[in-house]
Amino acid sequence: MRKSIANWGNYPALDCDEVSFASEDQLLQYVNANDHIIARGNGRCYGDASLGEHSISTLRFDKAIGFDEENGVFECQSGLTLDQILDIIVPRGWFLPVTPGTKFITIGGAVASDVHGKNHHSEGSFSNHIISMNVLTGKGMVTCSPETETDLYWATCGGMGLTGVITTVKFRLKKIETAYIAQKQIKAKNLDEVIRLFEEHKHYTYSMAWIDCLQKGDSFGRSILIVGEHATRQELNAKAAQAPLTLPNKMKLTLPFNLPGFVLNNFTVKLFNALYYAKNTKRVIENVVPYEPFFYPLDAILHWNRGYGKDGFVQYQFVLPMDKKDGLVAILKKISDKGWGSFLAVLKTFGPQDDLISFPMEGYTLALDFPVRKGLFPFLDELDALVLEYGGRLYLTKDARMQERVFWDSYPNAQRFQEIVKEWNPEGKFRSAQSDRLNFQFASNNAG
Amino acid sequence: MPTVLILGAGSDMAVALARRYAAAGHTIQLAARNPQQLRPLEQDLRIRHRIAATVHAFDALNFESHAAFYQSLPTPPDIVICVFGYLGDQEKGQQDWNEASRIINTNYTGAVSILNIAAESMAARGTGTIIGISSVAGDRGRMSNYLYGSAKAGFTAYLSGLRNRLWHSGVHVMTVEPGFVATQMTEHLTLPPLLTAQPAEVAEDIFKAAENKKNVLYTKWFWRYIMTIIRNIPEPIFKKKKL
Repeated sequence: MRKSIANWGNYPALDCDEVSFASEDQLLQYVNANDHIIARGNGRCYGDASLGEHSISTLRFDKAIGFDEENGVFECQSGLTLDQILDIIVPRGWFLPVTPGTKFITIGGAVASDVHGKNHHSEGSFSNHIISMNVLTGKGMVTCSPETETDLYWATCGGMGLTGVITTVKFRLKKIETAYIAQKQIKAKNLDEVIRLFEEHKHYTYSMAWIDCLQKGDSFGRSILIVGEHATRQELNAKAAQAPLTLPNKMKLTLPFNLPGFVLNNFTVKLFNALYYAKNTKRVIENVVPYEPFFYPLDAILHWNRGYGKDGFVQYQFVLPMDKKDGLVAILKKISDKGWGSFLAVLKTFGPQDDLISFPMEGYTLALDFPVRKGLFPFLDELDALVLEYGGRLYLTKDARMQERVFWDSYPNAQRFQEIVKEWNPEGKFRSAQSDRLNFQFASNNAG
Repeated sequence: MPTVLILGAGSDMAVALARRYAAAGHTIQLAARNPQQLRPLEQDLRIRHRIAATVHAFDALNFESHAAFYQSLPTPPDIVICVFGYLGDQEKGQQDWNEASRIINTNYTGAVSILNIAAESMAARGTGTIIGISSVAGDRGRMSNYLYGSAKAGFTAYLSGLRNRLWHSGVHVMTVEPGFVATQMTEHLTLPPLLTAQPAEVAEDIFKAAENKKNVLYTKWFWRYIMTIIRNIPEPIFKKKKL
């Protein structure tokens, strides 16, 4: 049925024909009978990457099909969401190897975006932990892994669904003793200090910083660095230690409708102030917290995206190489001078990664929200120019608007990626609004 | 732990019911025409809930096979849930007897055939629960789906009589009348969001109502009142509407 669909940013909203499949047979039938198909999971990418003429929902294809509890190997269908996986694995002493800042994404989406988390600098992105997967390509169902059909494998990790529909994924889990994180929060007066703190704390498995985008002068880039490790049993208090792998009861708040645009900024201001000006005036706070608020602070407010109002927002996330700190300063300055972005941004260092088409590279990544408004896209084009100038690139999963040239100039393997996609998706059966916007070519005779 | 047999285990409603009963620790028997399709769900239930699950071939339209099917189950089920159904194509069924008879035989005859067998077995053991998923479409025939609706009406009457009879043998029969449910079967329809339930909500309702030995469950709850109103519209007015 044709209907207007938008992803998490509520921008753009496009007319798509969306159907679902619950079995491989149904998927095959649909793929054989249609063109211009793109797989869509839980709609948590921000822009148009999973929108298109026909979006095929994986949400009914959501079965856990293998769990080796001895060795921590999990296998499931692509529509299973991380929150359901956590419910299964955490009580049995295992955790996701990599998780982004929301658990409401599907495994298929995690692979197609090759998601990263607070542990990228220490443990890499999701693709680093995959054993194998099955993909329904334009040439049929294919099993690929880092050892077999490697071209297909690397073009599927971070490949935004252009090689086909990911059906099942087998990946390694991480052993945990408790469902808690021993975290440390450190205030940084400015950008120089937070960068130094990242360096000092790089031995921590998890790290990220909230950065205040509005400060100028000596406080430019004031931040809170948050680092953490999975807590051991000894680190828990007596009550938590009784059931170390069980979380205390959780509360959920839902935003039922779109709020005027200022509300979310007020929320983030309060969040930051609560952390920064907490009555505990210590520079460093150390405590043990359940994994949920540590990894998923915004998931506690379901549909926080509605806080930006009905026009939606774009999340702008770029990465710059490690030696381009001056670029980070220049871009942040431009953002703070304009004052259009969210008050808070997420800053993080990435470790080395040299994949075909995945977003991360060794360096700094910054992500912040911009409510859609008149003049925003020309301004973001100016930011893109700076990102390009400093050798960086943008995250396709967050992207809803970058111009064609920015993609082709910033991803060094873009042409090679396109060649591999042509091989597995020769008729362009799998394509999205995003791949069309970036002028991605599928047939060999009109490469350009 | 009690064993639950789910007849027509391929549907969204069946998946939600299987997960709900598995979460409560029940042993699950999944039955559908193509048992291979049920393997992922079988694995899912085992992995999520560490319960025993099995899959079985069952064809609602192959009446002669039903006795042997029930005999072949590894243990006689304590709870039988009849989920299968076929909405079919009303307009096609008006001209094409194959379509009409398929609608009737799936929703009524097939259900009666297998539940007769389950009922005899449970009555003999003096214990058990039968849950039949009927439909609010059976409460009053409408031009848009009266083939389906009349078969479901028959099924509802069957369940009512069966409940009456089996009460004397210690067996409970519950009729479930779901309203709009967001399933693959209704994916192509535009359903009013406030009136539409998710399969997991319906499964939760059914699980709780069965525990409390309710006789007739409307889900969501307000359908009982919506259907009371619809049943009471005078026929001279009702027949003029295009419903």
